[in-house]
Amino acid sequence: MSENTDVWEVFIQSKNGLAHKHVGNVHATDKEMALQNARDLYTRRNEGSCIWVVKSEYIVSSESEDGEAFFDPSNDKMYRHPTFYTMPEGSKNI
Amino acid sequence: MSLLNYTLRIADSSLISAQRLSEWCSKGPTLEEDIALSNISLDLFGQANGFLEYASEIDGNKSADDFAFKRNEREFYNLKITEQENGHFGDTIARLFFCSAFNFLFYTELSKSKDETLSALAAKSLKEVKYHLKHSKSWMIRLGDGTEESKLKIQESLNSIWQFTGEFFEMDKIDIEISDYGIGVNNTSLKEEWNKIVNDTLDQAKLTRPEDMYMQTGSKKGLHTECLGHLLSEMQYLPRAYPDAKW
Repeated sequence: MSENTDVWEVFIQSKNGLAHKHVGNVHATDKEMALQNARDLYTRRNEGSCIWVVKSEYIVSSESEDGEAFFDPSNDKMYRHPTFYTMPEGSKNI
Repeated sequence: MSLLNYTLRIADSSLISAQRLSEWCSKGPTLEEDIALSNISLDLFGQANGFLEYASEIDGNKSADDFAFKRNEREFYNLKITEQENGHFGDTIARLFFCSAFNFLFYTELSKSKDETLSALAAKSLKEVKYHLKHSKSWMIRLGDGTEESKLKIQESLNSIWQFTGEFFEMDKIDIEISDYGIGVNNTSLKEEWNKIVNDTLDQAKLTRPEDMYMQTGSKKGLHTECLGHLLSEMQYLPRAYPDAKW
């Protein structure tokens, strides 16, 4: 079976309104199987309210050798961080 | 008395299905499917527990554990299909699909029962059973419409388990009595919808519905195939060898 299966990345949304978070991956031959396997592996303990699965091959990742060019330039640009604002009382997930 | 027996029938079919499926634990064809089958088994154990607790309440004497572990083969009322051996993965899927299609319809009706406990247990079970049906149905289609070998194997599985599907729709004296009170389900009335689900799935799976044949019967009277005794001897071993053991 393994020669026919693809790896799918699994993203779980824990509550309505929150972002889907990457939790791991599953093997599956089609999207329905991927979704059911993700449900069975990653939501057994009430973790989720929505699941996304996407074939790993469709995830485009940056290369570690590009790290300097990609990420270092933002190191010294503190002004991009919205740290100068006070959080409104009672607000979550901003 | 009838209500106790009726409740035990539901409990026993869940319990024996659960025990059978649990045998896949650590032996599934893939890690993912291993967990899927174990999850379904756990759902069914949970359902069995609910109905056994209710049986214990009606009985007023025996506990749920007494019912599960201290009855003999002839005192079990599970449908014969539930005790059949797992065979290969396709055999298990065919059995699970037929049972889940029936359970889905049965619990849909039982959730309207005038007995509040039965209707609440049915409503809770229904959510789980919907997933069991979805999961087994997609495997039926995947295997039937898969490779030449998978198609051949799942068709054989269907043909050999088919003789056990007649019991779903039987009505004996107890069923009629409980159903007349508005408490139980008229099993015969579920047949049309069950056929629809089965035919629709088999069409999608490009499989052939087995010809009508001799149908097994007897579980409502406690008659079983030889599979049940072996299953019980494993399931009941510990409580029988060490009565009232605690951990």
